[in-house]
Amino acid sequence: MTGIEPLAVAAAGLMGIGLYGFCLCRHAVRRLLSINLFGNGVFLALILIARRLPDGPDPVPHAMVLTGIVIAVSATAFGLALVRRQARTRGDDET
Amino acid sequence: MRPDVLPVMLVFLPFLAGLLQFIAGRPAPRLGNVLVGVNLLLVLALIPGVADEGAIVANLGGWSEPLAIHLLADGLALLMLLLTALLAVAVSLYAMAAWRDQHHDALRFWTLWPLLLGSLNALFLSRDLFNIYVTLELVTLAAIPLVLLAGPGKTVDAALRYLLFALLGSLIYLAGVALLYAQAGTLDLALLADALPDSTLAGSLGASLIIVGILIKAAILPFHVWLPAAHGGAPAAVSAILSALVVKAAAYLLLRLWSGPLDPLVTPAAGQLLGALGALAILFGSWQAFRQERLKLVVAYSTVAQLGYMLLFFPMAVTAAWQGAVYHGLAHGLAKGALFLAAGNILLYLGHDRLREMRGIDRPLAVSLLAFGLAGVSIMGLPPSGGFTAKWLLLTASVETGQWWWTITLLLGGLLAAAYVFRVLRLAFLQPPENVPDRPGMVPPPLMAWSATVLAVLAIVLGVVSAPLLELLGSPVGGSE
Repeated sequence: MTGIEPLAVAAAGLMGIGLYGFCLCRHAVRRLLSINLFGNGVFLALILIARRLPDGPDPVPHAMVLTGIVIAVSATAFGLALVRRQARTRGDDET
Repeated sequence: MRPDVLPVMLVFLPFLAGLLQFIAGRPAPRLGNVLVGVNLLLVLALIPGVADEGAIVANLGGWSEPLAIHLLADGLALLMLLLTALLAVAVSLYAMAAWRDQHHDALRFWTLWPLLLGSLNALFLSRDLFNIYVTLELVTLAAIPLVLLAGPGKTVDAALRYLLFALLGSLIYLAGVALLYAQAGTLDLALLADALPDSTLAGSLGASLIIVGILIKAAILPFHVWLPAAHGGAPAAVSAILSALVVKAAAYLLLRLWSGPLDPLVTPAAGQLLGALGALAILFGSWQAFRQERLKLVVAYSTVAQLGYMLLFFPMAVTAAWQGAVYHGLAHGLAKGALFLAAGNILLYLGHDRLREMRGIDRPLAVSLLAFGLAGVSIMGLPPSGGFTAKWLLLTASVETGQWWWTITLLLGGLLAAAYVFRVLRLAFLQPPENVPDRPGMVPPPLMAWSATVLAVLAIVLGVVSAPLLELLGSPVGGSE
């Protein structure tokens, strides 16, 4: 790779935004979204790394991204379920 | 039976048991207890093979390198598996008594706990950076729902915070793995050290990301913020598992990676930095433990402190430090398991765990307090406990390398630990006030009291049987491959 790859900048940017959001946002949903942004940055970086072979893409990082997406989806679902539980218990306290 | 079947069974049997329990829909504590018994037997059966050959490898699917996914049991992995298996037996017996009458919670516990056990076993046996990421996430996703068993709404905030930090930690780790893969073209721990070019910027950045990600998961200062609420709020059996095993698994990973694949990338300065973080964790965690007003928070902050000792390997990096750090992991695991189970018994009896109102519990809770005291001996590092052996090895290393500042940290840490352990014991043995407050709880059944005590006794015994265990562990260079 020569010069600056725009997709690499995008990957780094996503990771940066995600990290920034995680550190500054207090709300759990925003933090979950920040984590997902960071994760997508990592996945994009892995897809770029898959280009390193001269003849066609390297399948290993692609497999890693697929597995990573599965994990990210289930973890996010669990996180959202927790956020909902939190909202419910807080609602109960108020009434 | 071929020995390489053992690592495979250590991963698949717990998963199978957890899924069976999930399908059954009715709590089956006996199944869980049979499983942890079998798990212990499998780990014991691994010992002769590892002692003779140094390592047992299982190649899943028969693939050879570089495509293969290995499960490899060497000395370090075996010791962690052994700690997990021993603790699993004690915690499962305790849990069988603790959730006897609670159908829903029991079902959840006996589903998630085997899944967590299988994930931990898989983490200790994995030899591939990406598999380690997957197993770390499995451990997280199996461990956090267990925190919620404390009761409706009580620990949701703590669990959510734990989840957010754990997810961020593992994604930062994954970013580091991506950078290392771009450099080396392999994920296998054994091949990475040779494949990595020396000191490139991307390599160093990748290694740093991996280390930071693991530090978040291991709750090392300044990333400890999620730990006390989660470990202090969870039910006792779960706290014991989380404090003794789950954060320990992350600390184990740091030892494993540092002395293996990251070896060409790490610098003495980075080692000193990690050591300094460990020392800060020891002093800050112990001080916080001393200041807490609730028993379980004392024990939880003690975990923050005790994890710091495992980081003292990195600045010294000699064999004695390696043995000391790993041995500290084992001793702390057993002792902390005992402390949390004993604290759970006190909580059950009092209905709360406020230290100021603990007076006069020595008669009804004698066995649990015995467990607390014995485990405290190991936490303080008094001879002849496992904690003493570990600290002795770390002290030897600090003298050997001439880094006297770690000696001071170790001594101060021991004194502070004595302060917070004795503070609890003093209050427990004080005479009760004239008008005895109403104590609604029940005296814990013998099974719950004795499972804590057995763990505490094991933590003491660890100080006596150190020679064969340390021989099994080997030295850091031999430990990496």
